[in-house]
Amino acid sequence: MTPPVEKPGDALDASVLPTFAFGPRSPMWWGTLGMIVVEGMVFALTIMAYFYLRSRSPAWPQESLPPDLFWGSLNVILMLLSGVPTGWTKRAAERQDLRCVRIGMAVCVVFGLACLLVRIGEFSTLNVRWDTNAYGSVVWMLMGLHTVHLVTDTYDSIVLAVLMVTGPLEGKRFVDVAENAGYWYFVVASWLAVYAVVFWGGRL
Amino acid sequence: MNIDAADEAQLEATWRDPPGWLGAISAVNHKTISCRFMVATFGFFVAGGILALLMRLQLAQPSNSLIGADRYNQLFTMHGTTMMFLFAVPVMQAFAIYLVPLMIGARSVAFPRMNAYAFWIFLFGGVMLYVAFFFDTGADAGWFAYVPLSTFKYSPTKRVDFWAQMITFTEVSAMMEAIVLITTILKMRAPGMTLNRMPLFVWGVLVTSVMVLFALPAVVLASTALITDRLVDTRFYSPEHGGDVLLWQHLFWFFGHPEVYLIFIPPLGFISTIIATFARRPVVGYRTMVLALIATGFLAFGLWVHHMFATDLPELGKLFFTAASLLIALPTAVQIFCWIATLWSGRLWFRTPLLFVLGFFAILLLGGLTGLMLASVPLDLQLHDTYFVVAHLHYVLLGGAVFPLFGAVYYWFPKFTGHLLGETLGRWQFALFFIGFNVAFFPMHLLGLQGMPRRVYTYPAQTGWTGLNLLSTIGALAIGLSVLLFIVNVARSWRGGVVAGNDPWSAGTLEWSVASPPPAANFNVVPVVHALSPLWQPGGTPSHVTGLSGEHREVLITSIADAEPDHRLWLPASSPWPFVAAIATTILFIGSIFSPWAVVWGAIPVAAACTMWFWPKQDMTQHRRSSEVPP
Repeated sequence: MTPPVEKPGDALDASVLPTFAFGPRSPMWWGTLGMIVVEGMVFALTIMAYFYLRSRSPAWPQESLPPDLFWGSLNVILMLLSGVPTGWTKRAAERQDLRCVRIGMAVCVVFGLACLLVRIGEFSTLNVRWDTNAYGSVVWMLMGLHTVHLVTDTYDSIVLAVLMVTGPLEGKRFVDVAENAGYWYFVVASWLAVYAVVFWGGRL
Repeated sequence: MNIDAADEAQLEATWRDPPGWLGAISAVNHKTISCRFMVATFGFFVAGGILALLMRLQLAQPSNSLIGADRYNQLFTMHGTTMMFLFAVPVMQAFAIYLVPLMIGARSVAFPRMNAYAFWIFLFGGVMLYVAFFFDTGADAGWFAYVPLSTFKYSPTKRVDFWAQMITFTEVSAMMEAIVLITTILKMRAPGMTLNRMPLFVWGVLVTSVMVLFALPAVVLASTALITDRLVDTRFYSPEHGGDVLLWQHLFWFFGHPEVYLIFIPPLGFISTIIATFARRPVVGYRTMVLALIATGFLAFGLWVHHMFATDLPELGKLFFTAASLLIALPTAVQIFCWIATLWSGRLWFRTPLLFVLGFFAILLLGGLTGLMLASVPLDLQLHDTYFVVAHLHYVLLGGAVFPLFGAVYYWFPKFTGHLLGETLGRWQFALFFIGFNVAFFPMHLLGLQGMPRRVYTYPAQTGWTGLNLLSTIGALAIGLSVLLFIVNVARSWRGGVVAGNDPWSAGTLEWSVASPPPAANFNVVPVVHALSPLWQPGGTPSHVTGLSGEHREVLITSIADAEPDHRLWLPASSPWPFVAAIATTILFIGSIFSPWAVVWGAIPVAAACTMWFWPKQDMTQHRRSSEVPP
């Protein structure tokens, strides 16, 4: 079979287009957004369950004290601070600055591990067990859900940080770093909501 | 526009999955995954149908002792669970995974490995449920597993635990498929296919997939809370510890009602496609149709409480949900009027796909009318938990989903296999299905009005329900025979049917521009789209895309609204790691039924498999670096 003779202007030439892109141009961004919608919805529904149970209960917390404020508030501060290296790393990835990305990823991993350490303190001062009453169950569910996010994103960051040092590297990996940073913003934002509910929902 | 044979062979070699058993578990081509998905969901459909036949045989006579109460509980729970979670929702996604890339001019779906992973965990979750059933551990608390019946106190065996974990498997799979489909539709349409030129089926899939993201988390949360209540003594649903049983119903139906539309909206897309082709004209009111789909998607989230009219909710709240339940009839009516206008003004070609669509009109109309009856609170209180509800939901689900689905199989089977399904057998199947369906389910309306409750394993002769029940059983057998004819038709036509060629229906959408079955890369040349029905309307310039690599799985990423070329992307190679990750996930999920610590130790192999899945290959990275064009 011989190809038919092409008229000029008949073909749209894609070979000049870039081979990766950042933000909403990238399919990866949309995939990450999809995960964020799903997980955001799980948080929102668990928070609705919290207030639904609260509305059906004569006392809240049910027969226990609200959680101690210290560790949870410390994590709020830590996570808000972690936004600084996260944003810095994201911008470094977007200008494909490998040296800054390596430094930034390392700092982000340290922040992730620190948040996890503080999380241990939070669990030990919740002042309720998951099996004490429904209040305890929903508090542990919220904390557990967020901890899963903290663990997975910290692990993702570690894998990505190692890859950025050892390679094999290509331009698309900078998109991964940028998306990972974007996802961390979601982890922080969801913590602000979970913190407000778990630590203040039993006080106000 | 064609390419020479060497380029075509190269393209095929690039996109084809590797051979052998390792290749089989490494497959990521969307058509391969979709075919497996379709076969798996159809297998579950047949299994669920056999369970239904067993129930009908038990009910054919009063005081029958064919099946005991305990087994019967498992039968109706497994039947409902299978049809809803293992058939109706996933089969629509399975079709979409095959058709969407072909309809939008793409060479693949967006995340081919995630697509493969989603299939495997769906399969393993479904198989797990049936293995448990064969060991007499089949779920038995109804397909919506109301608490307190499903709590440990009243269901102390592992049956409900398997049910709850099946939810986790299938819903994680469905959410991943939704993300794959949304990204594919928004970012991978061929240049020129603006949102205004997107086929109505693809619009239906987009609306459905967005709904999946918002609806399914509710049932995942509900079933997770149920299983922690059962296994580690959380107290979500236990009133004596401050929990609340209605929380389950709210969460379940916040998912459950939108689910009806997850099942119903993709078939609306099937219908629009089939009607356009067999009326020989585009559907009347394209934009109206799109807006109606979106409106349906929104309104579907405002209906869940109408499943809870028999609870102690405030009466004013129930009125709101009555109004919303009536309101959602409007966008559906708008679509039906557009279809009638299309059929009225078209030149009709009566082939089997169109027959099933016309069957849909009759059945859905009846199901919709009984829906309006049930939307009013006083009547619902009278009919709640009777066979009237069973009749209604089968009219809606079989009429709204299964009739169009069979039409879709007859319509696209030639594309999947290269052969047309037999037309004569098809007409017989349709006639048997249509008549059998009405004989099976219409009597249930009357039984419900006479007060026969659903989910009873038998009834005494004095009730006078015998005749109608026997009639219903005869209808069910006719449905079974019809499905058997369908299987015979598929088996005969798979290899031996009339050769279809590219476009046996002279249809207007892009999937008919390629060979049947399509090559691994779908399109030898990526087209540029200039019209809503590209095969019916004159083309323009440019007509196609050049400059995409044939040696690598390179795809074109386009902008969201106008599908302007944006960048090129290499999709990952075939890989066994999604399969391995799915096995690891299965071990974690099943392990957690027996020990909560499985969530901890089971996570380690999952994390390892996912890391291996992600870790880039040296040689591919090198190739990419040598041809990289930064943004």
